[in-house]
Amino acid sequence: MHPAPSVIIFTALSGLGFGLLTWLGFGFPEVSGATAFAMFFVAFALAAGGLLASTFHLGNPQRALKAFSQWRSSWLSREAVLAVASLGVMGLYAIGLIFLNSTWQLLGGIGGALSITTVFSTSMIYAQMKTVPRWRMPLTPVLFLTYALGGGALLAGQVLTASLLLLALSVLQLISWKLGDRRFAQAGSTIETATGLGFLGRVRLLEKPHSGSNYLMREMVHVVGRKHALKLRGIALLTLGIIPAALLLVLPFNHIIAVAAVASHLLGLFAARWLFFAEAEHVVGLYYDQRRVG
Amino acid sequence: MTTLPQNTGKKLGLVIDLDTCVGCHACVISCKEWNTSNYGAPLSDMDAYGESPEGTFLNRVHTFEAKLADKPAQIVHFPKSCLHCEDAPCVTVCPTGASYKRVEDGIVLVNEDNCIGCGLCAWACPYGAREMDAAAGVMKKCTLCVDRIYNENIPEKDREPACVRSCPAGARHFGDFADPDSNVSLLSAARDGLELMPELGTRPVNRYLPPRLKDDITDSSSIDILAPLLDPMPETASGFLGWLDKALEKF
Amino acid sequence: MPPFEQPLLNPSPEVSDEIRKTTCYMCACRCGIDVHLQDGKVKYIEGNKDHPVNKGVLCAKGSAGIMQHYSPARLKAPLKRVGERGSGEFEEISWDEALDIAAGWLGPIRENNPSKLAFFTGRDQSQSLTSWWAQAFGTPNYAAHGGFCSVNMAAAGIYTMGGAFWEFGTPDWERTKLFMIFGVAEDHDSNPIKMGLGRLKERGAKVIGVNPVRSGYNAIADEWVGITPGTDGLFILALVHELLRAGKVDLEYLTRYTNAPYLVNGDEGSAESGLFMRDKDGKPQVLDRATGKPVAFDKKGVKADLAGTLRKGGVTHRPVFQLLAEKYMGAENAPAAVADRCGISADRIRRIAAELAHVAFEEEITIDQPWTDWKGEKHEKMTGRPVSFHAMRGISAHSNGFQTCRALHLLQILLGSVEVPGGFRFKPPYPKPATAHPKPHCAACPGEVLNGPHLGFVQGPEDLMFDDDGNAARIDKAFTWENPMSSHGLMHMVISNAHAGDPYKIDTLFMYMANMSWNSSMNSGKVMEMLTDKDENGDYVIPRIIYSDAYSSEMVAFADLILPDTTYLERHDCISMLDRPICEAGAMADSIRWPVVEPERPGHAGVRGFQSALIQLGAKLGLPGMVNEDGSATYQDYADYIQNHERRPGVGPLAGFRGKDGKGKGRGAPNPDQIQAYIDNGGFWIDHIPDEALYFKPWNAAYQDWAVERGIFDKPEPYLFQIYVEPMRKFQLAAEGHGAHQPPDHLRAQLKVAMDPLPVWYPPFEEGVVDPEEFPLHALTQRPAAMYHSWGSQNAWLRQIHGVNPLYVSGEIWQEHGFAEGDWAWLSSRHSKIKVPVVRMDALNARTVWTWNAIGKRKGAWALDEKAPEANKGFLLNHLINELLPPKADGMRWSNSDPVTGQAAWFDLRVKIERADPGDQVAEPQTPSQKSPVGQGPKNVSYGEQF
Ligand SMILES: Nc1nc2c(c(=O)[nH]1)N[C@H]1C(S)=C(S)[C@@H](COP(=O)(O)OP(=O)(O)OC[C@H]3O[C@@H](n4cnc5c(=O)[nH]c(N)nc54)[C@H](O)[C@@H]3O)O[C@H]1N2
Ligand SMILES: Nc1nc2c(c(=O)[nH]1)N[C@H]1C(S)=C(S)[C@@H](COP(=O)(O)OP(=O)(O)OC[C@H]3O[C@@H](n4cnc5c(=O)[nH]c(N)nc54)[C@H](O)[C@@H]3O)O[C@H]1N2
Ligand code: SF4
Ligand code: SF4
Ligand code: SF4
Ligand code: SF4
Ligand code: SF4
Ligand SMILES: [Mo]
Repeated sequence: MHPAPSVIIFTALSGLGFGLLTWLGFGFPEVSGATAFAMFFVAFALAAGGLLASTFHLGNPQRALKAFSQWRSSWLSREAVLAVASLGVMGLYAIGLIFLNSTWQLLGGIGGALSITTVFSTSMIYAQMKTVPRWRMPLTPVLFLTYALGGGALLAGQVLTASLLLLALSVLQLISWKLGDRRFAQAGSTIETATGLGFLGRVRLLEKPHSGSNYLMREMVHVVGRKHALKLRGIALLTLGIIPAALLLVLPFNHIIAVAAVASHLLGLFAARWLFFAEAEHVVGLYYDQRRVG
Repeated sequence: MTTLPQNTGKKLGLVIDLDTCVGCHACVISCKEWNTSNYGAPLSDMDAYGESPEGTFLNRVHTFEAKLADKPAQIVHFPKSCLHCEDAPCVTVCPTGASYKRVEDGIVLVNEDNCIGCGLCAWACPYGAREMDAAAGVMKKCTLCVDRIYNENIPEKDREPACVRSCPAGARHFGDFADPDSNVSLLSAARDGLELMPELGTRPVNRYLPPRLKDDITDSSSIDILAPLLDPMPETASGFLGWLDKALEKF
Repeated sequence: MPPFEQPLLNPSPEVSDEIRKTTCYMCACRCGIDVHLQDGKVKYIEGNKDHPVNKGVLCAKGSAGIMQHYSPARLKAPLKRVGERGSGEFEEISWDEALDIAAGWLGPIRENNPSKLAFFTGRDQSQSLTSWWAQAFGTPNYAAHGGFCSVNMAAAGIYTMGGAFWEFGTPDWERTKLFMIFGVAEDHDSNPIKMGLGRLKERGAKVIGVNPVRSGYNAIADEWVGITPGTDGLFILALVHELLRAGKVDLEYLTRYTNAPYLVNGDEGSAESGLFMRDKDGKPQVLDRATGKPVAFDKKGVKADLAGTLRKGGVTHRPVFQLLAEKYMGAENAPAAVADRCGISADRIRRIAAELAHVAFEEEITIDQPWTDWKGEKHEKMTGRPVSFHAMRGISAHSNGFQTCRALHLLQILLGSVEVPGGFRFKPPYPKPATAHPKPHCAACPGEVLNGPHLGFVQGPEDLMFDDDGNAARIDKAFTWENPMSSHGLMHMVISNAHAGDPYKIDTLFMYMANMSWNSSMNSGKVMEMLTDKDENGDYVIPRIIYSDAYSSEMVAFADLILPDTTYLERHDCISMLDRPICEAGAMADSIRWPVVEPERPGHAGVRGFQSALIQLGAKLGLPGMVNEDGSATYQDYADYIQNHERRPGVGPLAGFRGKDGKGKGRGAPNPDQIQAYIDNGGFWIDHIPDEALYFKPWNAAYQDWAVERGIFDKPEPYLFQIYVEPMRKFQLAAEGHGAHQPPDHLRAQLKVAMDPLPVWYPPFEEGVVDPEEFPLHALTQRPAAMYHSWGSQNAWLRQIHGVNPLYVSGEIWQEHGFAEGDWAWLSSRHSKIKVPVVRMDALNARTVWTWNAIGKRKGAWALDEKAPEANKGFLLNHLINELLPPKADGMRWSNSDPVTGQAAWFDLRVKIERADPGDQVAEPQTPSQKSPVGQGPKNVSYGEQF
């Protein structure tokens, strides 16, 4: 799939934001006043900023409200509804914490639950796609949730929890890559099933329908070099969890180290998310005979 | 979890005969031509006269080459548009309800007034049947020429999709798959109409008639039947002229 | 709550305000179209369901007509060159000025030496007008594009059987059971062939495709014969060999309808040798089987003998059939002897022969339709042999193409499958024997009309076109010993000969609708040099060039004066019985174009239909037939000419709705409302052939009478198929030293081989001049269905389909050279070298490479961006093909053409391939850009927005 910056930014940042909101909703850390303001500001900026970024890839963003209508069937619609609900609930909760010095814990709990469900919905947009076998596995939501909770914990200053979650995340990420690498083959779609021509022998594309490119090829047929991908995977794996955890667990905690850990995590997050899209192969690529081999 | 109709009255769709399609792209352009000035936004062409022209098309023809060991390779021209799936994932993912499958005939359409251009439906479609129009920012797809097939402003005999009407080889057929006696049902039954990527469970309505296996006649079995035809004429004393003389007596 | 709500949809939108029916011109197939207009703009074009050619279907080009009509490359006003030739620098001028300039150049030529004008036209089908104009002007130098296109096919067909494939005939799609198609990618009959193939598929008839490349029609053929290019003649004659050996030929058909029984003089060495034995009226003689005596071939009640011989005056006379049998039954024509060269196994050749025999003779069909033949004999039924054939440039665009086409016709005729049910059928005005066509004329006199039509069918050396000194009379050297039967001229030699001053220099080159600096020339780079070359005085070697195009093509840049044409939707036109009509095998038909939209180019001097401009130029020059006695113009424009011109009394450009009452069919006085009658009838006119006249047309009395009634002939013209073409033998005799007209010595050997009166095969000339070890591969081009030569690239829709043309390389060559995806290669021929992108294709003859024709563009042409893929990655194979063969010891210029007709031998090309450093991924050679006189197209387009 085409690793569109808007979608990478959207999923990465909003995931972090809702992760942080989740922790905040459940009272980790317990904050109030200016600290609460700062924390919630960061969380809202990430969550809402991410959502905003997602509208950049819309052809007609002025109609975005319509996206709230299909929550019965569409994960994207559900995500929109849940995101707004989370932000609304958490907003009230935040007002209580910041301005009224009251902790409406039930509201916080509901907001936290909504926030993490939002992340789940986001993940399901991808995990439901039969057309992208790499995404279509239970591990995808697990991974997204761990990203959100791990990153959220990091931002929420939950040093130990964050460290453990990020280490777990690294392991999960590694497993997803490994499993993901086999998903396309397991799903069983081939140029032969796509064309129904297997009975004629080995099928290959002779001529594309148009000598230039088209929307489908740009959007869905993205081929990354194997070496390039491996290098990025290495970087992501190190920076995502291992370096932050090492920084947090090994060195004495201070703000510089915290910032370094967050920066490292962000780097890993973006690299991994870039790969999440770039390495995902859509079955339509079969019609263009442009699967990465190997 | 679906807003697909449980059942559609008709199941309108196409049969595409891969044994007859010569890959002429007539259906591609007639589709573009009809749809650019009818249903919804025009089908734009970006950089139309430039370095990387790229336009929206609802129907495209791929060309594949297939080869069995020890047989000459075969070429198959492969037109592809929306298959109007019964279990259309493009519909269920749509956040706005812009994508829908019609109850009365099963045609899958995009209501462009509601489309936000998120592209998710195109991701969900395994067949590459949806294209986002770069100028209008809305999702375009084959409408099965819904504005032709019922159109009372055109003569009845023309109420068929533009691509079907124009296909010079007659490789495209339009009809109702819900009716077992329709042209499309019969053709598909007679020639083992193929479903594309059945493993994905989309249950496409459109069917492809597989190309006949070619060149199987090159093996020597048929020559045995035909060989006597080439037996040299009887060697008479006078050879060829003698044969000729006799043969001429017959008429 | 319902699961979802469906939006309201209007299933019956208005399609358009108005439909106007006219004829497509996106290629030469001439389908009927319904043009939908809304607010005066073209909204939608679809096929006309009532039209005889396409019956409603439409190809990609036809549907893309809108984008051609609104193309940014359309010319807008007459142009006068202001920069150097080739630069593309022009200024717009008025039509008055343009016609004044043209008349100023042409008037003096006509007064002094009309031969100094060379007027050559492209693929438009108004040749009956342009040739009439050229004749009135008096120049001998006129032809259309047939010489570089497919004259081998046309001439071989007409000399042999009075009609050709091309669009002049058609398989009996409804009845044929086995169809063989040789060397066709698209052909002129694009839609009808596709419709026909569709019908065969529906009926389960078998299709065999003979073609080195298995694409398009060959991809759906039930059997593919991936023949080695240039060897079809061998293959076909091996089929003939097998059929003869088995006696599987239609003897009755041969006896009745062909010259198989004609007695041939066997007096070797004499001046009569190989000529027909004739009676004192000059009629060829056959042996009467009843009496054993020679009688005139057309004597009633005689059954001719094929088996006998006649000894007279010490000379043996044998029927053609015996010569033929002897020639083809020899071991050199046996399948085993040709298999390797053709790349087809002997078993397979035998099997195909057996299949042909099986279908022709075991699956014979009959129609219960009595008919009477030309000798008055009545037949109860029409018996047919349901095998049919079609062929096009794959066999004709070789230097052995004429004879290969003849071989195929021989095969058809031996099987008795021409003009019979299930076989191949002619479309009126064919069948028409070579002898019913005019002979060529070239006598030019200052200020006078030429002595007759330029082109025609020579019947012997006495008909060749030389001046008093024995030099070629025509600039293209048509009808000379180099290519005696060059019935369509040699347009591909005009620029080269004019530049070389061989046979003479000209003053003005006037061309219409042919992109001669680019894709229709061999060796395009060199041609561009010739067009811009200057002499020692600094004057152009070809002094003046006038050109008519509708778009900003490559050729535009090389002209001094441009006459901008309209698009096809803006002008009157006729697809005439005098030219290449749209008839069916079962009907006579013609059609028109008319301005369904007006030709407006606001802010510019505008465009004008070329034919109208030509008629007006003719009037300005005072050409006979174009001015009245008082000096006023006879015809205002083309529409006026179409309606009022009479070629023979009662016969004019349009055959339908003639006479004052509009009821005349084929014949009748001019009708002032004729064009309106066509418009009211859907843009065409059709008249069905009566049932008893539908088959056996050359010999069918009812057909002949009907054809006379309809003005196709002035008297019945029944004839026999010429398996043995006697005029060819006359050229051979001359080469052997007989007769008053003698060829130059260096051509004798070639004439002896090439002018064989019975079909032969010889290797394509290129084989003889290049080292097959060094240039081991064949290189071909094919027409893409969705492009028409160079014009499609200005079309925003079509250029997306074919914006670049890779070189397709066979799997074998691919592996040999270790090519990988995305690679580039150097492709070289004996005289040039190009750099091209390569793609692997297995469904291809192992020793062949090919590409799509005419995709490569010159930068700056066609209103495209200079970065357009067509100009950077697209390429022309033409750079590798030379119009001349390499010089031989004799120092002569040997044309790279068929030695019989002069047909350009495009497909003889031999090449070698090497991997190339892809570098900047730009094809080579790159021609420096030309300036666009029409600017560049807009960035983005959303056609249909306004509706
Ligand atoms: N390598 C290779 N070269 C080939 C061939 C091949 O097989 N291989 N084939 C050869 C053959 S058979 C042919 S026929 C030639 C064709 O070659 P050309 O005859 O040169 O064909 P086009 O490129 O279509 O050029 C025709 C010109 O007519 C112009 N034109 C289009 N419409 C109109 C109109 O309405 N009015 C006027 N006045 N002009 C118009 C176009 O803009 C274009 O410039 O190519 C030959 N060249
Ligand atoms: N769409 C479209 N239609 C066109 C045109 C166009 O440009 N586009 N051009 C029109 C014109 S001007 C013409 S002349 C006609 C030409 O119509 P075609 O004759 O169909 O034209 P080509 O594309 O030259 O096809 C030649 C075919 O012969 C094959 N071939 C080459 N060498 C050999 C050989 O030695 N033996 C055999 N058996 N096959 C061989 C090639 O692979 C190719 O398939 O098409 C007309 N129709
Ligand atoms: S129009 Fe018909 S023959 Fe041509 S590509 Fe489309 S389906 Fe195939
Ligand atoms: S083919 Fe694609 S767009 Fe059409 S219904 Fe099926 S999934 Fe949807
Ligand atoms: S692009 Fe439009 S139709 Fe497709 S899912 Fe998004 S809103 Fe729905
Ligand atoms: S049915 Fe209509 S919209 Fe669909 S591919 Fe055919 S022409 Fe295009
Ligand atoms: S074949 Fe196509 S381009 Fe040619 S006349 Fe017919 S519709 Fe027009
Ligand atoms: Mo041609």
